[in-house]
Amino acid sequence: MLDGEPLIRWHWLGDHLGYLGGLTADHAVIALVPVLLGLLLALPLGLACTRFPRLYQPLAAVFNVVYALPSLAVFVVLIPWTGLATQATVMLPLTFYALAVLLPTTVDGLRAVPVSVRQAATAMGYGPWRRLAAVELPVAVPYLIAGLRVAAVSSISLAAVGALVGRGGLGYLFVDGFQRTFPTPIFAGILLVALLALAVDLVLVLARRVLAPWAGRTAR
Amino acid sequence: MNWFDWLNSFLSDPAHRSGPDSIANRVLEHLAFSAEALALAALVAVPLGLLIGYTGRGLFLTTAFAGVARALPTLGLVTLTVLLAGVGDVAVLVPLTALAAPPLLVAAAEGVRGTDPDVRDAARGIGLTHPQTLFQVCVPAALPTMLAGARTAAVQVIATATVAAYVGLGGLGRYVIDGLATRNFPTTVGGAVLVVLLAVLVQLLFALLIRFASPPGTRTVRVDDHAGTPALQKESI
Amino acid sequence: MTTRLLRTATAAVLLLGAAACSSSGGGDPLAAGSSAPASAASGKTVVVGSANFPENVLLASIYSQALKAKGVKVEEKFNIGSREVLYGQLQSGALTVLPEYNGALLGYLDAKSTAAGTTAVNAELKAKLPAGLAILDSSAAEDKDSLTVTQETADKLGLKSIADLAGKAQDLAVGGPPEFKSRREQQFKDAYGLTFKEWKPTGDTTANALKDNTVQLGNVFTTDPKIVQLKLVSLADPKNVFSVQNVTPLVNQAGLDATGTAALNAVSAKLDTAGLTALMKRVAIDKEDPAAVAKDWLKSSGLS
Repeated sequence: MLDGEPLIRWHWLGDHLGYLGGLTADHAVIALVPVLLGLLLALPLGLACTRFPRLYQPLAAVFNVVYALPSLAVFVVLIPWTGLATQATVMLPLTFYALAVLLPTTVDGLRAVPVSVRQAATAMGYGPWRRLAAVELPVAVPYLIAGLRVAAVSSISLAAVGALVGRGGLGYLFVDGFQRTFPTPIFAGILLVALLALAVDLVLVLARRVLAPWAGRTAR
Repeated sequence: MNWFDWLNSFLSDPAHRSGPDSIANRVLEHLAFSAEALALAALVAVPLGLLIGYTGRGLFLTTAFAGVARALPTLGLVTLTVLLAGVGDVAVLVPLTALAAPPLLVAAAEGVRGTDPDVRDAARGIGLTHPQTLFQVCVPAALPTMLAGARTAAVQVIATATVAAYVGLGGLGRYVIDGLATRNFPTTVGGAVLVVLLAVLVQLLFALLIRFASPPGTRTVRVDDHAGTPALQKESI
Repeated sequence: MTTRLLRTATAAVLLLGAAACSSSGGGDPLAAGSSAPASAASGKTVVVGSANFPENVLLASIYSQALKAKGVKVEEKFNIGSREVLYGQLQSGALTVLPEYNGALLGYLDAKSTAAGTTAVNAELKAKLPAGLAILDSSAAEDKDSLTVTQETADKLGLKSIADLAGKAQDLAVGGPPEFKSRREQQFKDAYGLTFKEWKPTGDTTANALKDNTVQLGNVFTTDPKIVQLKLVSLADPKNVFSVQNVTPLVNQAGLDATGTAALNAVSAKLDTAGLTALMKRVAIDKEDPAAVAKDWLKSSGLS
């Protein structure tokens, strides 16, 4: 279908570095803010699930369903409420998808503290909030970070779909390239999405080293 | 904006009853893409994964590769493949296979790797060759893990096959994208609901398969209730 | 001790980052202003939108830069979707200006209209547009939908106009964007008595789908340089199903003041089909940026 169009126009890449940088920044915001929001939501929800274990199964089932929804359909359905080509239209579903990933890992993390350790903390006079902050959360950190890594990579990849409703960060490169029979921006877009995901992954691994140095190299 | 009305009008639209745009046809197209992609991915990923898991070499690379593959945006891969190979099933199979392969690869590798080394030694000790050990001992033990990986891959592929519609192919994505273009919410919603139903059905199917695949002795060991949650992968469209 | 501090600091930074990002509505390096609907007051931001195909992006870019040249504040929302999606956004004020095609717009508002020629079409549009929306001056430039075939098909079936498809239509497949079928199926039946074998949503790949014979007829826009590049033939439309299609700005009146109106009318005065086709060649074949091509045109037309 290329009809003589070269695979990559290097010149174009050189001329558009600023443009690509802007798209990458927009993409990062659209993709990552929902992940952080998802984390902020997952913590209280996860806590609730550990205190009320029967809450977990139905919640997980709901998220299971939400997760399987094709993102494009969700974006479209939201437009009348969140507006066209706005960040909100894309970020709201992405937050739910992130939450769907983070809830199980948060619950895992919070459950990871052995009962004996919790009891020891209580015996030492720790109130429930102090125990949470000083014992349960630190132990949960490696699990949270593992979940964040998956959620972040997932979100970065998914945010590109927003291009089909007018706001997709790097996804625009795919749409534009396709419309003009122009593979160069598509290559650039794929590469930048992958690099962004890799960079975020690295940051999270470093964060785990700093926040939970005892975690070492787990198979996660 | 009543969901029931939307679903009702979607289901009763005559164009959706018979002909190329019928629900039955689109579901079949969608399943066809998904099944082909899964089969291709399994063909490539499972043998490789078994080998890596058995020899224990390249495990780190495998997880790294799976991580990178997870980051590749499907929309980008599909548009690129169409530009390079024209509109056709190849355009969709390549990205979908690339999507399904990593979970299958990792599951096969991890599954075999997780076999108790004592059991493996015992198998070698009674005279089984490496291939026999692999297929008669490791694989059956790894089957639940491998099926869980297949379940993840299947759900992901089904959700992502909606992207085929952007480049003009069929499947349930057709409803989503055409509905978007013509501002026909019932069609879009109908398409989305069908995809979800399909995904849920497939998950149930795999749950059953995993049940039967687990040797009776291991069935008491509950596979962690969120190992199968789509938490590990998501459609990349 | 220090590791503990470092840990707390990292956690604090991550959480603060989340709070900062979400409270400022997300630092948005691309948008010029807020995306709230424009309110009726001068000095506000004009939101120029475009449909999801390159020519519309080019036209929107021309409008946007013409407005900026006259000191109007502009926010661009390009490549959003089809008219079916955009129209509602224009009515609500979320978009202020759209590059439209008068014939297609009239067909969208009143499928039964039989107005022919720019003057009649525009007069009907002025009558049919709801309060608050208006069209500005039309340009001479036209970009029409078409039924296009390959040279081989035209020779084989002896096709020069759409009327020549009588008796052959039932064996032929039509390609185009997803909305082509819902917009045109009835019109082809009423005007030419044609019922096609099937309608395939080939979207942006229509021209190539014609070449591979995935479809035999396709809606290729008449200014698309692929017509020349792939040696395609657009069939004549004697019954005027595709009507006139002058590029015309459609605006939400509350959002645009006299300066803006004058700027857009000046653009319409200078734009013609040959010029538009040449610009499209630069965008679609030479892969130049629509914004850069728009800028050049504005400069050479004395509008910037």
